[in-house]
Amino acid sequence: MLEAYLKDALVARITAWADDELILAQRLSEWVGHAPILEEDIAIANLAQDELGHTKVWLGLRQELDGADPDRLVYFRDPLEFQNAVLVELPKGDWAFTMVRQYLFDAYENLWLKEATQSAYAPLAEAASRLLKEERFHLKHSSLWVERLGQGTEESHRRAQEALETLFPYVRQLFQPLPGDEALVEAGVVPDLRALEAPYLEEVTAHLVRSGLRPPEGGYVPKSRQEHTEYLWSLLAEMQSVARWDPEAQAW
Amino acid sequence: MVKLKLGYPEDPDYQERLEEFEARIARGEKIEPGDWMPAEYRRQLIRMISQHAHSEWVGMLPEGAWITRAPSLRRKLILLAKVQDEAGHGQYLYHAAETLGITREEMVEALLSGKAKYSNIFNYPTLTWADVGIIGWLVDGMAIKNQTMLAQCSYGPYSRAMVRICAEETFHHKQGKEAVLLYARGSKKQRQMVQDALNRWWWPTLMMAGPHDTDSPHTPLLLRWGIKTKTNDQVRQEFLNEHVPELLEAGLTIPDPDLRYDEKTGNWIHGPIPWDDFWKVIHGEGPMNRHRLMARRRAHEEERWVREALEAYGKRRLAQAAD
Repeated sequence: MLEAYLKDALVARITAWADDELILAQRLSEWVGHAPILEEDIAIANLAQDELGHTKVWLGLRQELDGADPDRLVYFRDPLEFQNAVLVELPKGDWAFTMVRQYLFDAYENLWLKEATQSAYAPLAEAASRLLKEERFHLKHSSLWVERLGQGTEESHRRAQEALETLFPYVRQLFQPLPGDEALVEAGVVPDLRALEAPYLEEVTAHLVRSGLRPPEGGYVPKSRQEHTEYLWSLLAEMQSVARWDPEAQAW
Repeated sequence: MVKLKLGYPEDPDYQERLEEFEARIARGEKIEPGDWMPAEYRRQLIRMISQHAHSEWVGMLPEGAWITRAPSLRRKLILLAKVQDEAGHGQYLYHAAETLGITREEMVEALLSGKAKYSNIFNYPTLTWADVGIIGWLVDGMAIKNQTMLAQCSYGPYSRAMVRICAEETFHHKQGKEAVLLYARGSKKQRQMVQDALNRWWWPTLMMAGPHDTDSPHTPLLLRWGIKTKTNDQVRQEFLNEHVPELLEAGLTIPDPDLRYDEKTGNWIHGPIPWDDFWKVIHGEGPMNRHRLMARRRAHEEERWVREALEAYGKRRLAQAAD
């Protein structure tokens, strides 16, 4: 059981995870039907389904805590209420941008989900083990793409390097604690993200360098999950357009 | 690749072999890739299977456009899974066609150059969310009728691909029907939206089965060789008999003032089909023809570098393995 004083903090934490998955799934969905080969149309639709499925898992966990309806949260929150990291909301760019982003995100998810399987809050530990199984496949797929692009042609290398330069600074935002995280970490409910940052950077840097890519130094790092880019509003406007189109609709 | 054994009418043993071939089909045997077959049988199959594969691939576009706008998590997941299935069907079908000695590259080239056809139905736009439901129920409903027939086809690889595809299409059909029925008894705007979608998709759906038998010159040969096992009009009739009562039951209006039930045959009889429209669309003058091909060409051109990178990487790995 979860101590009452941790509830709000856990709701906020879970919402941040759910929003990351949701927004990333939305960006992945934009590729479906437009991938470089038919086999990758299949793969990217699969990735989008998995990430969206994870959104459902997290929001289901939240519903158990505070009763909030997952569809209301997805379709009727305003942009400034979303807690996703900037990394996942950036426009899909080219295939290199999409795959480098996916790799950076998958490596992060694999790392913290592995820790989260040890959570003192059983529903969270169970959800983490379930998700981790799928995330292992995602990481395999995206890390191979990073290698293929990094070591493919001059053009693919240039595109992957450019993508990395834009994306890399944003990974640091993923490890920033939310205001309530400290108490959750202390109670053993969620992993200490700050402690995972160094092993993460070490792991991804090694793979990127092996693939012939150079992680850049510096760059702008958002200060909290309150920060977003101009791209979020239009992403959400599109995503929510049908659900908000008819206020009288009872069900979709 | 399997070595093809093709027969041509000028071959000295053609008549004898053709009789043997047709007798096998009449016995219900499947023709497999290495078996003797008339060159014309191969040509017809390549035409049909590659058109079918292209239809799956192009068909991802009109529905895929709504994944980002699907109005609930559940619908979004269903639509993603459905469009993914279509890509998978395209993949099986390209493989089935490859067994006849044509490459995926050649087929894709024929599509992008505008030489190959794909199902006309995808040259219409999806204007509202309700179109996704109507496509699932009606367009996939018609596709299932056609594909169930093709699952009996005399060519083994095509027939087996169809068996797998039909199983998945049944799920597509079900989710579309479920959505349409929900909106048909939903809010005022939902009801209007779904009726409007039905109005726009009804005739194009009926035309999917192809021209009337009297205007379909290939049909007799295709039937004799078991490539098709039913005529276009038979397939269309099966579709009508299943779907008309259910649409009426849902409280929707079918946009055909001449539609009537024939007590004697138990068939639903449709009014005159607007074939002029069909022929225009098939010859490239439909509302979305240019846009569908543009999307396919754009992905092909703009992402050529990705395929080149894959190839270069593959070669490098092979060379490393050989060292």
